[in-house]
Amino acid sequence: MNDEAVIEPVPGVPKPDPVVTIDGLGRSFGGLQAVDVDHLEIQRHTVTSIIGPNGAGKTTLFNLLTGFDKADEGTWELNGGPLVGIPSFKVARRGMVRTFQLTKALSRLTVMENMLVAAKDQPGEALRGAMLGRWRGVEEANEQRAMDLLERFGIDYMAYEYAGSCSGGQRKLLEMARALMVEPEVIMLDEPMAGVNPALTQSLLGQITGLKDSGQTVVFVEHDMDVVQEISDWVVVLAEGRVIAEGPPEVIAKNPAVIDAYLGAEHGEAAS
Amino acid sequence: MDWLAILAAGVLAAIGPFTAAYAVSASGLNIQFGYAGLLNFGHVAFMLVGAYGLAMTVEFGGSFWLGLIVGTGAGVLLGLIMGLPTLRLRADYFAITSIAFGEVIRLLVRSSWAEGATGGVFGIQGFANSFFELNPFDVSELYGFGRFIVTGRTLFMIVVSWSVVLAITFLIARLINSPWGRVIKAIREDEDATASLGKNTFVYKLQALMIGGGVAAISGMLLAIEQQNVTPASYAPRVTFIIYVIVILGGAGTILGPVLGAVVFNFMFFSIDSFMVQLQANVGFVGDVLTPADAGLIKLFLVGVAMMLLMIFRPQGILGSREEELVQ
Repeated sequence: MNDEAVIEPVPGVPKPDPVVTIDGLGRSFGGLQAVDVDHLEIQRHTVTSIIGPNGAGKTTLFNLLTGFDKADEGTWELNGGPLVGIPSFKVARRGMVRTFQLTKALSRLTVMENMLVAAKDQPGEALRGAMLGRWRGVEEANEQRAMDLLERFGIDYMAYEYAGSCSGGQRKLLEMARALMVEPEVIMLDEPMAGVNPALTQSLLGQITGLKDSGQTVVFVEHDMDVVQEISDWVVVLAEGRVIAEGPPEVIAKNPAVIDAYLGAEHGEAAS
Repeated sequence: MDWLAILAAGVLAAIGPFTAAYAVSASGLNIQFGYAGLLNFGHVAFMLVGAYGLAMTVEFGGSFWLGLIVGTGAGVLLGLIMGLPTLRLRADYFAITSIAFGEVIRLLVRSSWAEGATGGVFGIQGFANSFFELNPFDVSELYGFGRFIVTGRTLFMIVVSWSVVLAITFLIARLINSPWGRVIKAIREDEDATASLGKNTFVYKLQALMIGGGVAAISGMLLAIEQQNVTPASYAPRVTFIIYVIVILGGAGTILGPVLGAVVFNFMFFSIDSFMVQLQANVGFVGDVLTPADAGLIKLFLVGVAMMLLMIFRPQGILGSREEELVQ
């Protein structure tokens, strides 16, 4: 947290050791400018949350960064390597893995199969390797790693059940665990807490902090300011596609622009 | 009513080369539809290019064996040609374009413009002679017992075509139970999620379409060899839908489902056919109402009814798991 203290909380501020850097990123749908980010850096080994009202462009920003949507303009890079025009699967391979707002469990695969699909460098995933059958060694190692992750997320007892039989909360946990199977450097969580009960929210928050502790950079989208306050190192506020503020959570909570644009008068009184 | 004749008609159809060919065709579609989730409604086109690939190769002086390679290759190539422009489309648009693809190919083959190569509406006949020369059975002899007898020619076809079913099923099982198969199934469940985990979903879908296409082409060749005849009329869109019925009946997304589906389907189809024919001929009032041609059409009507009942009461098919069907 010491690093953040010296970074000035203004939009587009440069940060030490950025893992993701965005420049002039724009995307419009018809006449609506959904994303219009001049400059944004995401610092390595931090939990950065992106907040903003509905329609602020948070998910669109995620889609653009991870190759699920095409930008009209702008550049963005991961570890200094440009990601413009890179398809989604390559973005994942380069180390930036996302989850989805509406959880995408692979329902008719077991939880374990969900995990194994995400593993990298499995020679049996190529046709030739599959026919030759020389993939079982890698598979065993992957299964071990998958089981460890499932244990860490507390859903190991579901390993051999269909993912479709998991509850909403278990699916969120599975999605996070599955993303880790890709061994990402940056993990992008799109509303990981949406539709989850308060008890599980606490557990998810613990997991997110755990991700940072194990060396990952976490970027997540969230609505709930309390949640954001609790675990973020840095908060980026989007409104109408633009970054209107960024800074440590306690500073953002008091920022009048944020309160006006997003939190509304009710929260403003509570914060002051 | 001769019930034994009805049973024999069903059984002989169920074990016949026609069923084996449909089992292969359904296995090909099962890779695409059952495992990769690709709604390919142009499936019959893959059978067509296999059959014509073989027939035309022989017609133009190539050997029968070269024809087998050309036929299979044509199915794989059609998968590539069809997949490249369409697999990036959303699933429903892919389904629509695949219907068009199937029809365009059939119409192309039967057009007078292509008649020199394809024989137009008359097709090509008698291209599998060098295959039947290998027949170890006596063609003038009947094999079997009682009503369950087949000619030496049919017996040879049964042995060869079911060996093909066995080999194809083994290869598909090996593929589907590998990590490759797992990725294919993951794409069926959610393509975006699979892409987000670093898998090139387009290439996998293309591979599934090409492999399924090659398998379907092999089934088309089996049918063509059995009949020593290819005509465009045999490859109407109706065939695609019969294959879908077979896949769903047996259990989409199971290894043996398409094979079992073909056996059950053809048993039903031909025993009902035999039943209707006898009903028409022997039962007075039915004979008054229906002509023999009507009796033949009713079996198609019954296929439709059976399909509806299947979708309502057992959408996962005979071998599909109820549990798997229920999770969402």
